[in-house]
Amino acid sequence: MDVYILIQQLFNGITLGTIYGLIAVGYTMVYGVIRMINFAHGDVYMVSAYIAAITLAVLTFFGIQSVPFALISVLVITCAITALYGWAIERVAYRPLRGSTKLAPLISAIGISLMLQSYVQIAQGARDQGVPTLISGAFRFGDGVHFAQITYMQTVILFASLIAMGILTYVINHTRIGRECRAVQQNIRISAVLGVNTDRIISTVFVIGAATAAVGGVLVTFNYGSFNFFIGFVMGIKAFTAAVLGGIGSLPGAVLGGVLLGLTEALFAGYVSTDYKDVFAFALLIILLFFRPYGLLGRPEIQKV
Amino acid sequence: MTQISKFLAATAIASSLLLAPAFAADTIKIGVAGPYTGANATFGEQVYNGVSTYVNEVNAAGGINGKQVELVKGDDACEPKQAVAVANRFVDQDKVQAVIGHFCSSSTIPASEIYNDAGILEMTPSSTNPTVTDRGFDNLFRGCGRDDQQAVVAAGFILDTLKRDKVALIHDKDTYGQGLVDAVKKTMEERGVQPVLYEGLTRGERDFNALVTKIKSTGANAVYFGGLIPEGGPLVRQLKEQGVDVVFVTGDAFAQTELVAAAGGPANLKDVYYSATPDPLADPSTKGVQDALTKAGVTPANYVLYGYANAQAVVAALKAGEELDAQAAWLRANTVDSAIGKITWDEKGDIKDFKFVFYNFDDKGTPVLVK
Repeated sequence: MDVYILIQQLFNGITLGTIYGLIAVGYTMVYGVIRMINFAHGDVYMVSAYIAAITLAVLTFFGIQSVPFALISVLVITCAITALYGWAIERVAYRPLRGSTKLAPLISAIGISLMLQSYVQIAQGARDQGVPTLISGAFRFGDGVHFAQITYMQTVILFASLIAMGILTYVINHTRIGRECRAVQQNIRISAVLGVNTDRIISTVFVIGAATAAVGGVLVTFNYGSFNFFIGFVMGIKAFTAAVLGGIGSLPGAVLGGVLLGLTEALFAGYVSTDYKDVFAFALLIILLFFRPYGLLGRPEIQKV
Repeated sequence: MTQISKFLAATAIASSLLLAPAFAADTIKIGVAGPYTGANATFGEQVYNGVSTYVNEVNAAGGINGKQVELVKGDDACEPKQAVAVANRFVDQDKVQAVIGHFCSSSTIPASEIYNDAGILEMTPSSTNPTVTDRGFDNLFRGCGRDDQQAVVAAGFILDTLKRDKVALIHDKDTYGQGLVDAVKKTMEERGVQPVLYEGLTRGERDFNALVTKIKSTGANAVYFGGLIPEGGPLVRQLKEQGVDVVFVTGDAFAQTELVAAAGGPANLKDVYYSATPDPLADPSTKGVQDALTKAGVTPANYVLYGYANAQAVVAALKAGEELDAQAAWLRANTVDSAIGKITWDEKGDIKDFKFVFYNFDDKGTPVLVK
């Protein structure tokens, strides 16, 4: 077996998995706090890809040539605008339904998902759009014929994701907002009694979720270079799977689940069959859920009667 | 006073409701079915724009035998189940007299069963899977080429013109893509060449790096891809990024300008070839049609011209008679001088002697005919 091919597949899997993990964070945080699956999350990611491309076009128009500066400003602007989407969606579609049955916000989420897709399709057209390659080139290991490579862009993805996850972990574990988030996650009513503004915390969670999805959106847009209004669907399903695999509600679980899913897909596609990689990944998920119904790092919910 | 005006308004609305069917009976309805939402919405829009431009011209010139033509849109999103629902609606509710569509082969095949039962003329502007016309339906015509015609040409092109013998076959598990790849595989095997890889990717994904690494590990020197641009573009780009030295050959779905963006720029398209009909946009005889389209505010793209040409054929057939037998017989016996050239049909409903040529790309990403 060619060891470089194996190393290459590991790189492929880890990069893909990191992106799954970034998007999965949004699912897992929202679920942790209000026990609801935000089906519009994949489409928030899709919107962020468009915002990233538009921001880049505007920056280029104003003659900004420096790649690191462009990348960072696109990242910041996209995160800000996408976070605004996250906030608005929660405000419009979920908050009014908070007291009603569990199914109502779920349906409303699917509605938002369809609305975002149709809106982008009408506003931006159904065609595939693309951004030019910003960072090209790769680190190569091995000789001229047999080699494994990790592109500079993939390196950026890994580092940017690590930094984003680092900031997020710090915010959740060491700040006031994070403490309040954890409190609301444990018990929303008691937190409210103790003076936590739960509405504001839930908004914050949506904002954080949308912003991490935007980090994913920017990285994916610059790495794969093309997108359309429909990319949120498959990515949403994969990221949701990653969140469940890692244990929905658990932040490190989302990242772990993402990387595992990415690696499984890459290795199965590389050594067995691309046709059946999804079948295999989901079969693995089902088997795992038999033994750990709450995912790898999830904690069981104890229903007190 | 307000009571009276309300009553008047209500009466007006009610009477307009009563009048609507009476007007409708004086028009000829043509259903245009295709994906207007979903990942392939761009193609559905192109076909519809072509059809509606021609139908507007027909209506301005007095319609079909004095009757105005009315178009009914049916959105199947390229999903077989939705296509059947659209077909039932066309037949039962809208009572269309002909259908242009569907777009994807996977939608055309189930939907055509319903049109066949109802005896309605159908012409597809884009479904190239052989099964479409191989079932012997007398009402179904194809306004485009066939995958196996295309595949024979493609296999010969890879083996003889490009002289590549280690071919990786990649498809998107859809009727069009897999049909194309299966036909190429069959043609190659008949010539004693086994593919080094035969795999299907998942539609909607963007990351094919694992597959690309696998292609590299097989030592392939050519890739034949059956599928559409949303997956094909990133695949081309990732092959380049990983430095896999192959020629990339694919089918007519790549004949779209958005490919350049999806593949990450013209530099990545250096070794990409696609088979297609001789570009109707480059054919000087279609200049009149293109001008008419531009005048109507429609950008002449590939499937716009197919939509236009199919509308020409269907309208001509509808002029020949009100019964399906007369319409079908007319199409089999006559030549239509259409936006994609002169076309005639064989007994099956396929276009006779449909030609395929190959295109490559220049430095700016513009398709160039391969001589």
